[in-house]
Parts: sequence; structure tokens; C-alpha cells
Amino acid sequence: MEALEIARWQFGITTVYHFLMVPLTIGLGLLVAVMQTLWYRTGEASYLRMTRFWGKLFLINFIMGVATGLVQEFQFGLAWSEYSRFVGDIFGAPLALEALLAFFVESTFLGLWIFGWQRLPKLVHLLCLWAAVLASVLSAYFILVANSWMQHPVGYEVVDGRPVLNDIWAVLTNNTALVAFPHTVFGALAVAGAFLLGISWYHLWKRRNDGIDTVDASGRVQIGAAAAPSRDATDHRVWLRSARLGAVVAMIAFAGTAVSGDLQGKLMFDQQPIKMAAAEAACHDGTGFSVLSVGNLGSQSCDDIVALVEVPGVLSFLANGDFTTEVKGVNTLVPEYQEKYGTHLPDNPIYGDRAGTEIDYLPVLEVTYWGFRIMIGFGAIAALAAGIAFWVLRKGTVPESRWLMRLAVFGILAPFGANAAGWIFTEMGRQPFVVAPNPEFAGIDSVFMFTAAAVSPGVTVAELLTSLIALASVYAVLLVIEVRLLFTYVRGGVASAMPELAHTPADHDGGSGHRADDADVLSFAY
Amino acid sequence: MSEALPTLWFVLIAVLWAGYLFLEGFDLGVGMLMKLVYRTDSQRRVLLNTVGPVWDGNEVWLITAIGATFAAFPAWYASLLSSLYLPFTAVLLGLIFRAVAFEWRGKVDSPAWRNRWDWAIALGSLTAAAGIGAALALTTTGLPINANGDREGGPFAWFNGYALLGAAAVVLFCLVHAAAFLALKTEGGVRGAALRVVRRCLPFALLPMLAWALTVQVRGGTMLTALALVFAAGCAAASWRSARGNRDGRAFAALGAAMVLMIGSIFAAAFPVVLPSTLDPLFDLTVDSAASSPYTLGLMSIVAAFGLPLILAYQGWTYWVFRRRISERSIPAAHAVTPL
Repeated sequence: MEALEIARWQFGITTVYHFLMVPLTIGLGLLVAVMQTLWYRTGEASYLRMTRFWGKLFLINFIMGVATGLVQEFQFGLAWSEYSRFVGDIFGAPLALEALLAFFVESTFLGLWIFGWQRLPKLVHLLCLWAAVLASVLSAYFILVANSWMQHPVGYEVVDGRPVLNDIWAVLTNNTALVAFPHTVFGALAVAGAFLLGISWYHLWKRRNDGIDTVDASGRVQIGAAAAPSRDATDHRVWLRSARLGAVVAMIAFAGTAVSGDLQGKLMFDQQPIKMAAAEAACHDGTGFSVLSVGNLGSQSCDDIVALVEVPGVLSFLANGDFTTEVKGVNTLVPEYQEKYGTHLPDNPIYGDRAGTEIDYLPVLEVTYWGFRIMIGFGAIAALAAGIAFWVLRKGTVPESRWLMRLAVFGILAPFGANAAGWIFTEMGRQPFVVAPNPEFAGIDSVFMFTAAAVSPGVTVAELLTSLIALASVYAVLLVIEVRLLFTYVRGGVASAMPELAHTPADHDGGSGHRADDADVLSFAY
Repeated sequence: MSEALPTLWFVLIAVLWAGYLFLEGFDLGVGMLMKLVYRTDSQRRVLLNTVGPVWDGNEVWLITAIGATFAAFPAWYASLLSSLYLPFTAVLLGLIFRAVAFEWRGKVDSPAWRNRWDWAIALGSLTAAAGIGAALALTTTGLPINANGDREGGPFAWFNGYALLGAAAVVLFCLVHAAAFLALKTEGGVRGAALRVVRRCLPFALLPMLAWALTVQVRGGTMLTALALVFAAGCAAASWRSARGNRDGRAFAALGAAMVLMIGSIFAAAFPVVLPSTLDPLFDLTVDSAASSPYTLGLMSIVAAFGLPLILAYQGWTYWVFRRRISERSIPAAHAVTPL
């Protein structure tokens, strides 16, 4: 493989992996902050238990987001030095702002929250969590500003062939970023909603399976209590409330992603028309949305693709909000791109062996077509399941079916898949550009960069392969460990986050029981 | 005014690196000391909990130093990172292991599990400290970069004595800085062992950093940078005396000041070159040739002027909240998570 391919695989793998952790961090963080706020306002035990339990899972995952996020900050310089030199004047600023304004707040106040139980006044402790969580939302905004500039460059002038920032406000209010931001936050909430629902379903099922909760002949739930203090009636409230919260959040989040995604799509039809044509695998201009296209997408040739099921008018609606406008297909767009941006890569040494070769403007159709549909499909399935679950939960517990419980737990993966597919679609759909041209700017203000020009010229294939293999294998091992840890803590129930609930009161008389009352003992310790 | 902006940002980046070494310096060192000096689980847990609430915030100084370099000096960021591809990859892997180890170590109650993560913390901290030390030394002494700023000569072309010197400088500083930190933050046996490390090792632990500073001093130093090194030596001596006199706070602060003076002297002596080329001085990256536009630098200056004091204030508050000394008595019993 060539350096460019390895560098692209590395960026793709590390970024998709990072973005498995990030939506859960953002979404679950917001929900835990809501739970603690409810506890602060009502003093109800179930809210405290929810905060502690979900907070523990949040932290196990949070650290992986932090650790893998480090790689992101470095890898533009490591593997994409030409890109960094070309766009640094603009692209570096949101990254630096993210660190200065968001990461410091996030890490510092999360440390205060983790270790501050009982040491900080309750309100201050709660505000620390809100500060950390809102900072992680802010960091999402800054990184989306940076990414949106690659999708739709604005706020610059060209000096010596390079884009130079001349309007930060235009960059911060790039319409691409303003719709990507809510889309991403709703996507994160969809992940968190499914996470709450699936795990709470398991615990409600487990309580029934262990004979604690029963359903009498008239269909009413009889809430019971086991000997362990962690499995009392409050425990039932913890899971029922979490499940309902998760279901509601999942449904709202899907509606939010649909509305913001629709706005995003309409922008993309203008800003990167070929990305949207590739999402449809549409060759000819038309109005119909393909529900199922068959043929050989992999051949990258339009002649091999037949839209088997097509809904007339829907594509026009997605692009323009009406049912009649013809949306341009690949056959029209490729010549347009060739005319504007050239048919062959320039004879510039930064392209290496690729200099002078023909430019393929068509993104990989298999990836864009299916990425787009997996994103929408998984998102919709998760929302539909959440709606059904909300209805099933109306009487206060879940069915005894083990099969249904497994489905609920497995369903946690659906919104993760939707998030990953959406990003793969949007990044692969931008190819062959790393900075896509903004069609509103013509002539000397037009700035764009081919991905082939972005890679570090001095870095060898051996180095790239070494880091790709090292990072991918470390990430794989850590993912297995994280998932196992999450399973362990989920199986332990609330007591895994609140050791004081692990024992019956009688246990506290002997052994290490007295230490917990000692004023010197830390209320939380690693 | 706008001509001064690149210089201002050079100073700010030096401040960010000094801040990073001061803060994460002790938590990297604590990580290494976990395997080097302390043997029992309860001692190691004392160590972990002295840095537990703050290590992640300390690490953001690194992210900010790198991010600010990208924004203010894109050419410096691009050349330094791509030239030192493998060392920075190693630093990242070290930091990844260390981060998850901090959070996950106590999550399973088993000695084998803890031992594995203790190694991850110790080796991850060592790798990160060594790699960052090597990178900082090389950016002040030079790399084989061509006219475009790309490294020539293959994956290990960066390797030389200065890389080793920088690695040794930062690793040894972190170790003794961490020991001074632990003397200040702990009680009992943990503190005693930490004080012994400071008293025995402090004088020679700073020698590699001094040697690095003198190298840069000889190449481009001024009276002012030389004076800073004299003051640094004075601070180091004061730190040593304070440690022998059981004045933990003073020992820690003076040691940190010695490092800040040395790093300040190194950056000032290297100015205005941010990354010298060992191939041809014409290819040197300088403050002016590597800098972003005045608009970008001005914007960043405004944000930093508001942001940095705020960061110092709330990070300072964190240290105040967790100001109490920790001893083995403070550590709650390990807690096993069992399935229902």
C-alpha cells in the first residue's frame, strides 16, 4: 500500500473509533447531569442512585474518549503535514480554542466532580458536573466548526495560494457547522437514550426473573424487595425511570436528527452536489429517491446500477423542499467538476507518483449509498424500538421474555452504528477532496485541496504502517476491556457504583465497616 | 503591534510547555515512582489519589501547547510532528495506556489486574516523558529538514545525542519533581520515601536539563538567558536545602522554578528559530516564517488573554479543594463488583 492509503485508513479507523466513545460521553453526560439535578431538587434516593450508577458507566467510557482524542490533536501534523501547512492559519484556530475554552473546563471540573462527593457543597458539586458536560458539548461545536470548514470553506482570503483567515465570525457561523452541531448532539443523545433503555430493561427483566417483581392476574405490577439493600423498591424506581427517560430521549433525539439532517441534506445538495448524488448512486438527473438500487455499485459505473424501488419526488423534497425540481445526477456533475477543478492532478511534487494522473470525482458509491441508508435506517429502527418500549413500560415493568431483553440490550448498538455510518458517509463523500471547494466562491478566492496532496511527504510507509498497526491493535484490546468492564458494572447493578448498598446493615459491625465513618478516609478514591 | 504577535505567541507556547512540565511533570513522575519506589498496593493507591483529581487537567496543557502551535505556527507543528513520527506515536500510546490505567485500575479487585495497570502507568509515563523531552530538545537543537520542512533520511534520522539528553532531562526532572510533590501531599511512609528521593537525587537529576540548556546557550544565548540559568541553579540549591529542612512546599516550588527558568532560558536562547535545520540554516523555521497571519494571531491573543488567567484560577481552585495530605489511612477498602 502507498503512504496515502495507509494514512487514510489510519485517520478513518482512529476517528471512527474515537467517535464510538464521544457520543456516549456527550449524551450520557447530559443525562447524568439531569439526574443529579433532579436529586438536588427533590432529594429522592432513586435519583442519587441513578446519578451514581450511570455516572460510573459514564466515567469508564469517558476516559477512552479522552485517550483516543489525544491522537486526533496530533495526527494532522504527524501524517498530514501538507494539509496542516495549507490550512493551519484557519483550521488550527478552532482546535486551539477547543483546548483553551472547552478541554480545560471539561477535565478540571470532571476531576472535581469525581473526587468531590461530600467534599464540595452539593450545589457546587452539581455545577462542576454541568460545567464539565457543557464543555464537552462546546468541544463538539469547535471540532464541527473545523470539520465544516473542510466541507464548506468560508471566512478566508487567498494569500500566496493559501487560505488565510479574515473573518472568524463567518467560520464560527458557517451554516454547515450550525446544522452539523445539532445533528451531532441529537445523534449523541440517541446513543445515550438507547444505552439507558437497554441496560434498564435488563435490570427490570432481571428483577422479574429473580422473582422480586411480579405481575398479578389483573396485570398489575407488584414491586418486591430482595434481602440485599440494593434491590429494594427504590431499585425498581431507578430502572423504570431510567428506562422511560432513555426511551423518551431516544425518540426526541431521532426527531432532532431527522430535522437537522434534512437541513444538512439541503445544504449539501448545494455545497457538495456530487456527495448527494453519490448517496443516491444516481446517474441521471431526476426527482426520485432510491429505496433500493441493485447492480454492481462496486464497479463505480453508472451503467451497472438500476434503481429497483424509487419514490418519485422524494429526492427533490430532500434537496429543495418541493417535488418537481430535477436533482443533478453523477453523469451531469462529473463533467461540471472536471471543468471547474481540472481533469488531471497538477504536475506538482506534492502529488508524488500521482502527479498528472486523472482525477476521479466520484466517491466510492458502495460506501456513500449504504452509509447514507445505514445511518437513516439504524436511527429509525432505534427510535421505533424506543417508542414500542415506552408503550410496553406503561404498566411499570418489562415482559419476562429473555429474548426480548437480549434484543433491548443488543439494540444499544443501533445508534452507534448510525453515528459511525453518518460520519463515514460525510467524510468519504467529500473525496477526492480533503478541503472541498465552496461553489459560491469562484476564481482567485476558490480554495480546495485534494486528499492526495495532504499527506506528509517525509513520512515513510514503514512509519505509517507501524503506527496504524500499533494504534489499531491497542484500540482493539482496549475496546474489549472497556466492554467487559461495562458488562461487569452493569451486572453488579447500582451496588457496583455505591459500595454502601452492597452489604446488609449487619455487615457494617465488623471488618472494615468502621473505616467508612473515619473523617480522614476519602469518600472516593482510585 | 502586529509584528510583535509571532514573538508573543512564541513566548506563550514556551509558557504552555513550561506549564505542562510543571504540572504534568509531577503526575508523570508519580506514575514512574509507582513501580520504581513504592511496593505495596496501599502506597500505590496513595500515589494515585494525590494526582487523581488533577492529572487530566494537567494533560490539557499538552493538548493546548500542541493545538496552539498548530494555530500560531502551522509550519512548526507540521514539521516537528511529521519529523518525529515514531517518537510522537510512542508518546501517544504511552498517554493512552496511562489514562485508561488511572481510571480502570481500581475497577476490578484483583492483584493481577492492578499489577498490569501499574505497569501501564509506569511505562506509559516513562514513554511520554522521554518522548516529549526528546522532541523539545530536538526542536531547540535541530532536525534534518529540507526546504519544504520535511524530514530527510528515514524514520530514525532524528535520533542523536540531543534526543537522549532531552529524554533524560525530562524523565529525571519528572521523577524528582514528583518526589517533591509527594513529600508535600502525603504523610507517613509514603512521604518519608519521597523525601529520601529528593534529598539523594535532586542535585544530579537536574544535570541533563542543565546540559541541554547550556548547549542552546552556547549556540544563541544572551546575558539574560545565562542569568536565568544562574538563577535556576540558585533555585535548585534552595530546593535541596528546603527538602533537607523538611520544608516541603518551599522545596517543591523552588524545584519547579528551577525548571521554569531553564526551559525559559532554552526557548529564549533558541529564539527566533523554532526548528533549526541540520541540513542548511536556510531551511530553519523561524518565528516569522512559521507564523500564522496577524489576524489569526490577534484573535488567538484575545482568547488567550481571557482564557489563560481563568484556567489558572479554576485549576488553582482544584488544588485548593484537594489540598489535604493523603496517607494510607485515607484510602478506603478496595471494593469488588459482583454480579447480582
